[in-house]
Amino acid sequence: MLNPNLKLNEKLFDADVETAPTRAGFGTGLLELGEINPNVVALSADLTESTQAHKFAEKFPERFFQSGIGEQNMATIAAGLAESGKIAFISSYATFSPGKNWETLRTTAVYNEANVKIAGHHSGIMTGPDGATHQATEDIAITRCWPKMHVYVPCDAIEARKATIASIHINTPVYLRYTRDKTPLITTENTPFKVGKLQTFWVNENPKVTIFATGYMLYYALLAAKELEEEKLQVNVVNVATIKPLDEEGILEATRISQADVTVEDHQVEGGMGSAIAELLAKTTPLPIEFIGLQNTFAESGTPTELIEKYGMDTKAIKQAVKRVIRRK
Amino acid sequence: MIIYVLEELHEDKLKDLEKKAEQARELVIKTLLEAGSGHSAGPLGMADIFTAFYFHILKHDPKNPEWEDRDRLILSNGHICPIRYVSMAQAGYLPIEELQTLRKINSRLQGHPHRTALPGLETTSGPLGEGIGQAIGIALAAKLDKKDYYTYVITGDGELDEGNIWESVMFAGKNKINNLIMIIDRNNIQIDGFTEDVMPLEPLQTKFEAFGWHVLESDGHNIKQFVDAINQAHAIFEKPTVIIAHTIPGYGVDFMEKDFHWHGKPPNKEEAKKALDELRTLKGQIESEHK
Repeated sequence: MLNPNLKLNEKLFDADVETAPTRAGFGTGLLELGEINPNVVALSADLTESTQAHKFAEKFPERFFQSGIGEQNMATIAAGLAESGKIAFISSYATFSPGKNWETLRTTAVYNEANVKIAGHHSGIMTGPDGATHQATEDIAITRCWPKMHVYVPCDAIEARKATIASIHINTPVYLRYTRDKTPLITTENTPFKVGKLQTFWVNENPKVTIFATGYMLYYALLAAKELEEEKLQVNVVNVATIKPLDEEGILEATRISQADVTVEDHQVEGGMGSAIAELLAKTTPLPIEFIGLQNTFAESGTPTELIEKYGMDTKAIKQAVKRVIRRK
Repeated sequence: MIIYVLEELHEDKLKDLEKKAEQARELVIKTLLEAGSGHSAGPLGMADIFTAFYFHILKHDPKNPEWEDRDRLILSNGHICPIRYVSMAQAGYLPIEELQTLRKINSRLQGHPHRTALPGLETTSGPLGEGIGQAIGIALAAKLDKKDYYTYVITGDGELDEGNIWESVMFAGKNKINNLIMIIDRNNIQIDGFTEDVMPLEPLQTKFEAFGWHVLESDGHNIKQFVDAINQAHAIFEKPTVIIAHTIPGYGVDFMEKDFHWHGKPPNKEEAKKALDELRTLKGQIESEHK
C-alpha cells in the first residue's frame, strides 16, 4: 500500500490523476529562489521558456543572462558568476548541458568547486517525438561520476520544486534532472523531502522484491506494485530522488527485507541509478538485481507511452523483472 | 562607470619593471628546470606583460587575495602558469622558494592552475577556451554588485581555434561588457606549428571588430606601450576591448634569440621545428610537453 506516513497523492491510481511536468517544478522553484536569495542568478541557452526559466527571467531581468545557443559559454559564465559569490543556475536540455559542455563543467564548475547548479531538461526517452538526439539517456552516468557531485532526480513536479530549492543548500555543483511531458503527481505538498534520503513509497510487511525507481518512472513502478499485489505478490517500492550522494544505509535497509532488487529508470542501464545501487551491493551484500532502463540502445521518435513500452520499461516489463529476480533468489 | 587612469609610468618605474621582468624570466627557467616539465615558450614570452600587471596595472593586495574590490586577472591559457606563479611570488602572494614545488605532488602550484589550490588564481584553467566566459561572469557580477574593478583575461592565440571562445566573444560584444579587457598573447605558435599554418587566425582585428569589440595592438615586450594600451582600453565605454599583444615566444632566452628570428623572414619548417623543440625542452633539459 502507499506509505501513509508520506502523505502521498491518494488519487494516484485514478484514471484522471493530476499531472504536471517536472520542468514546471524547476520554473516555480527557481522563481522562489530568486525571491528569497538575491545572489541567485540564472542563464539559458536559447531555451528559456521550454526549460521554464522564463518566470525568473521576467521577474529578475538583471539577474538573467541569455547565452544564445552556446552551452559551453553558458557554463563558463556561470562559473565566473559563481566565482564572484553568485549561485548560478544554468538551464538547457540535458543532451546539451551537461552533454555538450561536459568538460567545461568538469573544469570550471566541478573541479573548480564553483556554485553552479545544472538543470538538465528533456531527460529520458519520454522526451518523445524529438527523437534520440534530444533524449538525454546517459546524463546520470556522466554526472554521478564527478567527485563530490550531487545528483537529484525528482519524481514529480512537486518534488521537482523542492529539489530545486534544496540544491542551494550546498555551495558546490548539483545536477538536477527534469522531464518534458506531464507526469502523474505522486507526492503532495505535505510529503517530506530530504536530500540524500530514500523514501519507501509502497510498503508491505513481507516484500519479495524491492523496486528502486527514480524520476517519473516511479509511477510505473507503483502501478506494477499495485498490480502485483492483486496477484498476491508483495513488493516494496522506493523513491531514489538523490542518486548522489547515495543513501547507502537506506538502500541496505530497504534491500535487507527482500534480498532481491529491481531498479527502474529512464536512462541507460549502464551507468545510471541501477549501476550506483549495484556498486554498493557488490561491496556489501551482493544479491540478485534486475535493471529496467534502456538496454544498450538509443530510442527513437514516438509518444512517451509507446516508447516506454517498446523499449521494455513499462509496467509489464517491471512486473516481469520482478518475477525474473525472484527466480534468481 | 568610473574610469581610472593608471598612475603615470615614470622612467625609473619603467626601468624597475623591466628589471623585474628579467628576473621573472630567470625565475621561470629555474622553476621549469626544477620541475623537469612544463611549458616554456609562452611564459617567457609573457614575462613583460605579467610584470606590468602585477607591478603596475592591477589594483590588488597580495596579502589579501580575496579583497572584494581587487582587479581580477584571469588566465585562460592556463599552461603558461609558470609565469603567473613567478609574478605572484615576486609580488608576495607566495614565497619565492615555493616555486620549486611546481608540478610536484602536494603542491599549491599545480601543472595547470587550480583556483582552490592557491589564493589569487581566480579561476581553474588548462583546457582551452574557457577563460573569457569566466571573465565575463566575473565582469557581470561586478556590474550586479556595482563594483568598479576591471576584469582582465589573457588568452593564447592558438587558443582562439576553440569555438567556445567565439561564443564568449559574441556574448561580450552583444552585452557591451566594457569592464572586460582581453589580452591575446599573439606569439604565432601552437603545438603543431605556426598558427597561420595550422589554423589561420588573420585577419584577427577584423574578426573582433565584427563581433563588436574595440581592438588595440601592442608590442608585448614594450611595457610602456602595453600600459598605454591598457589606459586606452579603460577609456572605451561602449565595448569590451581586446589588446593583441605581439610577443616572441621564448623571448629573452639567449640561445633562442641568437638562433632564431620570428619576425622578418620566417624560418623554414625544419628550422622552426628544431628551434621549437629546443625551446620546449630548454635544450633537452626538461621533458617536452605534448610529445
